[in-house]
Amino acid sequence: MRSRPVLYLSLVLAVCVVLYMTVGAKGAWSFVLPFRGGKLAGLLLVALAISTSTVLFQTVSGNRILTPSIVGFDALYGLILTGLVFFLGAQTTISLPPIAVFGLNTGLLMSGAVLLFGTLIVQTRGDLLRMILTGIIFATLFRALTAFWQRMIDPNEFQVIQGASYARFNRIETDLLPLAALLSFGVLAMAWHKRRQWDVLALGHDAATNLGVRVRRETVLALLLIAALVSVSTALVGPVAFLGLLVVSLARLIDPSVTHARLLPIAALVSAITLVGGQLVMERVFALSTPLSVVVDLLGGLLFFFLLLKGRFR
Amino acid sequence: MISIRNVTYDIAGKPVLCDVSLDLPRHGVTALIGPNGAGKSTLLSLVARLMPLQSGGIDIDGQDITTCDTGALARVLSILPQIQDAAPRLTVSDLVAFGRYPHSRGRLTAEDHRIVDNSLDAFRLSDMRNRALETLSGGQRQNALLAMIFAQGTDYLLLDEPLNNLDIAAARGLMTQLRTLADEQQRSIVIVLHDINYALAYADHLVVMTEGRVAATGSPKEVISQDLINRIYRTDAAVIAIGDRRLVDVGP
Repeated sequence: MRSRPVLYLSLVLAVCVVLYMTVGAKGAWSFVLPFRGGKLAGLLLVALAISTSTVLFQTVSGNRILTPSIVGFDALYGLILTGLVFFLGAQTTISLPPIAVFGLNTGLLMSGAVLLFGTLIVQTRGDLLRMILTGIIFATLFRALTAFWQRMIDPNEFQVIQGASYARFNRIETDLLPLAALLSFGVLAMAWHKRRQWDVLALGHDAATNLGVRVRRETVLALLLIAALVSVSTALVGPVAFLGLLVVSLARLIDPSVTHARLLPIAALVSAITLVGGQLVMERVFALSTPLSVVVDLLGGLLFFFLLLKGRFR
Repeated sequence: MISIRNVTYDIAGKPVLCDVSLDLPRHGVTALIGPNGAGKSTLLSLVARLMPLQSGGIDIDGQDITTCDTGALARVLSILPQIQDAAPRLTVSDLVAFGRYPHSRGRLTAEDHRIVDNSLDAFRLSDMRNRALETLSGGQRQNALLAMIFAQGTDYLLLDEPLNNLDIAAARGLMTQLRTLADEQQRSIVIVLHDINYALAYADHLVVMTEGRVAATGSPKEVISQDLINRIYRTDAAVIAIGDRRLVDVGP
């Protein structure tokens, strides 16, 4: 019965999806279904992107506390976006098709991620505290630089950026969906194809080298995949700080003896249930009084502290 | 044969290896000995490509390790690795099965399962095959890692101070097992040892290193002498001959 958690989680997700599409629908179905369907597709895509990028990042960095957003992947995305608006001007940025901005941003993020986080992982291998500290300083630095830069630009230009700087699950950029979906599915297929190799990489540098894996090359590849996935989720809904940590830790609780062949789907399902179910509850029960991202970050932040303290006293 | 040519290696500006050229013979047990900081572990890590070479070259059976396919090299040479803490919660048999990765890329065949079972038997791990690694003692965990590289089925096995965590029974058991591997399966074993007596008792060849250079090579009987111990280790332990055997007397 190896696939039991996957089966149960899929059932829960199916219930969430059906409820999300139907509960409280007042208008004509021909309007409600495509409208909600677009948002649902966005949520699912973000869920997949965040869980997969977090799993890969934890594998290549060799720890279970850090996630791409904690070390500043999405802060770097915001910094790059601000830079684009600064250099190109708000008018040009708006007049460019969103797809072009997204493509440019993704490309820059991928190269920046390899340079910065590639060095971080190689330099701090096996030194978890140093990696956490450097990562958090990176993230703070990117955010501070972004804020500084935004103060230097025109208030009108600032508005262009602001829209992209907050997580918002109710207003998903559905016009980016086709391209984002295409990119994500390519990346996800690659991540899945290499699932057995990630298992070896998780053993650590020396053991993986001994088993014939080119650790450096595969780490760079993983960082490129992570950067692409972070671009997708940040472009669609903005930065989400602790969602990845929350869902991947839950997935590890559900199935402790993890290989990537099981961890990747379980984390994706947990992530999708959290987003779709959470958004359903927020929209229909709390009538949007609290954004989902606030609740997720609160829970995820608490979990982050818990994991840090547990590691400290082990 | 592992041939090391003019290898020099610096860490933070300090030379750890100075122009080392050395051939490690195929078949048999080769022991690397020498005082702390002599560069033995560094040399072993370089041979196993765990660290990149700075200068010089290393060939394994005529293949240059920097240019040959690292996946293919993993079927010829293995090193006993340290395993990181955050590694997934593996069971013993999961870990040993990773030894077959270079051959089957994670899709285990019936043959692979047979080899894994043999390997678990050989290291007396069969009754703890389903235990999680983190519940094992240091010695048992190392045993599981040994079983993994045994399952890897390589001609060359490199071991960096494997006796560190072991009591005398386990240490003698391991050395006997390595002897059997070398004698019955014609494998080549390169092992870093601290205790010269183990090297004298079990190795076919000795390589003595000091301050990043090779001080002597040859059979244990030829190499180990009172004079060498005085010179290399700067201590006056006596070498005793009992019949054919040599022993280092560690008493005052």
